[in-house]
Amino acid sequence: MTPQSQFMLVAQVTPGRERGLRELLETMNSKPGMADPANVVLPFGQFERLHFARLAVLDDPTLGDIEAHGIPRPRLPVYLAFAGCCDGPAAECIADLAQRAGAGLRRIFMHCEGFHAQGDLLAWMQAHQRQLAANYINWVGRTVRQVKEESALRHALAAKVPRAPLASVAEAQQLRRELIDFVNAEASAGRLPLTPPEPTPLSWKIAKLLHFVAIPLAVLILLPFLIVLSPLLIFMLRTREKKDAEICPRQDRAALLELQDLEDYDVTNQYTAIGSVKPGLFRRWLVTVLLALIDYTCRHIFSHGFLARVQTIHFAFWAFLDDKCRLVFMSNYDGGHEPYMDDFINKVAWGLNLSFSHGVGWPRTRWLVARGARIENKFKNYQRRHQLPTQVWYRAYPGLALVDLKRNQRIREGLELASVTDAQAQAWLRLL
Amino acid sequence: MELEDVQGLVRFGYRHLTEACFFLLRVKDPAAARAWLAQVPITNAIKAALPETALHVAFTSEGLRALEVACDLREGFSAEFVAGMASDTARARRLGDVGANDPKYWRWGTGERLPHVAVLLYAKSGRLPAWEREIEAQYAAGFVQIERLSTSDEQDKEPFGFDDGISQPQVDWERKRPVRDQDQLEYSNVSCLGEFLLGYPNEYGLYTPRPLLVPQRDPGALLPRAEDAPEQADLGRNGCYLVMRQLRQDVRRFWSELDQQAEGDADLRDRLAAAMVGRKKNGEPLAAPGEVNNFTYQADPQGLRCPLGAHIRRANPRNADLPPGPRGILSRLWRILGFNAAALEQDLVASTRFHRLLRRGRKYGAAPALSATEASPSADTGLHFICLVANITRQFEFVQSAWLMGSKFAGLTGESDPLLGHRLRDLGGFPTDGFSIPQADGPDRRLSGLPQFVTVLGGAYFFMPGIRALRYLATTR
Repeated sequence: MTPQSQFMLVAQVTPGRERGLRELLETMNSKPGMADPANVVLPFGQFERLHFARLAVLDDPTLGDIEAHGIPRPRLPVYLAFAGCCDGPAAECIADLAQRAGAGLRRIFMHCEGFHAQGDLLAWMQAHQRQLAANYINWVGRTVRQVKEESALRHALAAKVPRAPLASVAEAQQLRRELIDFVNAEASAGRLPLTPPEPTPLSWKIAKLLHFVAIPLAVLILLPFLIVLSPLLIFMLRTREKKDAEICPRQDRAALLELQDLEDYDVTNQYTAIGSVKPGLFRRWLVTVLLALIDYTCRHIFSHGFLARVQTIHFAFWAFLDDKCRLVFMSNYDGGHEPYMDDFINKVAWGLNLSFSHGVGWPRTRWLVARGARIENKFKNYQRRHQLPTQVWYRAYPGLALVDLKRNQRIREGLELASVTDAQAQAWLRLL
Repeated sequence: MELEDVQGLVRFGYRHLTEACFFLLRVKDPAAARAWLAQVPITNAIKAALPETALHVAFTSEGLRALEVACDLREGFSAEFVAGMASDTARARRLGDVGANDPKYWRWGTGERLPHVAVLLYAKSGRLPAWEREIEAQYAAGFVQIERLSTSDEQDKEPFGFDDGISQPQVDWERKRPVRDQDQLEYSNVSCLGEFLLGYPNEYGLYTPRPLLVPQRDPGALLPRAEDAPEQADLGRNGCYLVMRQLRQDVRRFWSELDQQAEGDADLRDRLAAAMVGRKKNGEPLAAPGEVNNFTYQADPQGLRCPLGAHIRRANPRNADLPPGPRGILSRLWRILGFNAAALEQDLVASTRFHRLLRRGRKYGAAPALSATEASPSADTGLHFICLVANITRQFEFVQSAWLMGSKFAGLTGESDPLLGHRLRDLGGFPTDGFSIPQADGPDRRLSGLPQFVTVLGGAYFFMPGIRALRYLATTR
């Protein structure tokens, strides 16, 4: 099994070069915000381990919100973020990108501070890679190659399977055997390759196991202190929850349209958002701890198809910027933006509150999980206002949503079973 | 509850008023237009006064501008209302208004053909022509008519020949439902008043944003005060958004296509059509034979009785906030965290109660022919779709984009709504023109290559104010 990784490089855009950068990014698209997989600057489509990638200019129009906490608007630079989701270690993917698309990457990063045209591109990229605070991968182990092969498999089978009603269960078994023979014949003719999974890297397994044990251990050690301190912590939380300012005005129409112009060309969409973390050590530590816990659950629990009740996120991550003064969130999700947000409100508002209520202006929460994102209109305004346009977005398998990936995976699994019950055979045929 | 202030269309579909027509008007002389609006007789929602005729008025955002309503008041309405249905290509993509549905082909709803005001007239049989002439004469000084949308009087069947208008949310007019934000574990057809009327709590227990005014701007104290902000006048209260779309239905194509798919077998043809709709022609739901509207799909998770992609199942999936599972707090927690795999399978579509529409559409054109051979090829027939909502995005646009047009609804693939789909390929090059009918014992039965049956010919977002708010808009400068 090949585990997936996500990465993000962040570099300061050289003052005065932002416009040139935006123009260059524009040339990489075939539709607004939608990368041409074969664009000459960074031909994403040639990188067969890349699931998703994006380039986004991080220019936060809400920086002044922190004045509500009595702190002057900070002077922070405009950044360029380059993020991706890939099969295997991120370091390998970045090295591969630097090697095979070096010229184009140099053209992009030329617009950033401290980049020298003659310098070592890979070293520069490595130096600008940021640690991710929490990482969500819908299905750990599902590779781009697997997605594409299984999609081809489904299409071949769907076209082949006779759709007349079956007379008996024996016929279902017979039909399944015939289809298996068909796939085997196609495979040996080289038309329907189904690459077996690679062995899981031992180092990844060990790291995962250590992480699995270490975090609960740390929690266990800290628990007595937390219990002793809990009255104080609860007091600190509740006083803040009661007085922290809500800043949720409606998004400006032009800005909203700029975001919507980049959406709904495909069944999958992108989301990039940024915001300032509420000032003070309490919030800083709380958000750090909570994101570590979210990362833990994503790594060990929510790693096969769902993040609590949400089944429509392919990849997502949270990362800190500027010494934890700011948080950036990026995701790739199925469906339209509004349904995505409705799904969040109705299914996991508590989770949104846990991870985002430390942002300046978040709708008022109670006890860290209640209210907040349930205040529909304020939450919707908030999330749109903090969203940034993603100038270039690439996905390796357009037209395929997670429901497709899951079904296609089941079709293949059913194919590879040596023998199945009658009910299983029928259920498998229904997948086609 | 102030029924005397609510336009009656919110409460009644006026089945007994078999004749109706809709005027789409543009303001010619703002002062004259306002003078008419200030005294036009609007039918209210009091039941005792079930009328012989009824008249309703609604405005687009452009219409409010043409009537010289202050800019900040207009901006207080929802963003999608202010922008309009045909505002931009992003909205068109979301609503499926692409290809033949593209607003650039619309008969009305864009540019100079964007109505300012819709006047909806309803009358008992035989009463309409005279009533219509009377109203036309009244508004003539203030407005020009850009379109007169006629309707046909046989209302029970939509043009494809199916009983229509059966499923409607039951509005909680008495406000009996407690105002609180809590997961509903059972599907209920009862909706909070605030889902359809502004100024009342919605299903989240919240008041939908709307224009609120300092009392100084309402010197005549025409407007009611806001429940959630008693020091402010509520321009939205007792009003709602009205979404109108003209949908042309190609009856001949629908039945001849199904005839072809059924290879001439009339019985099979009717069964395929019923599968696409989710009801038989007489309105009986496939999911619950013998029922009319009191049913859910909980006992049919795989769509063996009613296909998952059937029109009525897409438009109203009838599910609760949590997928079904055993009782008890632990089981609930388990489902909330996503650990119940069986529940997750049924959780791709959830929380129907936030996405309900009060439908008030009327059919137009010739009565539907029952078979391919009987239909005249050029008949211009279809539906003037009308729905009333408090939140256009969360209700109408959500249902239209995520559920009807969505090519991945409930885990399906390669198909969108069997009746309304535009059939264009998606970005991956995959078709959306299929329709699958799950079978218990093997692969789905699958229709493919379906043509487009329904074409959008026009549309706009209106605001249908409370009657006092209408007078305020007409009289206060």
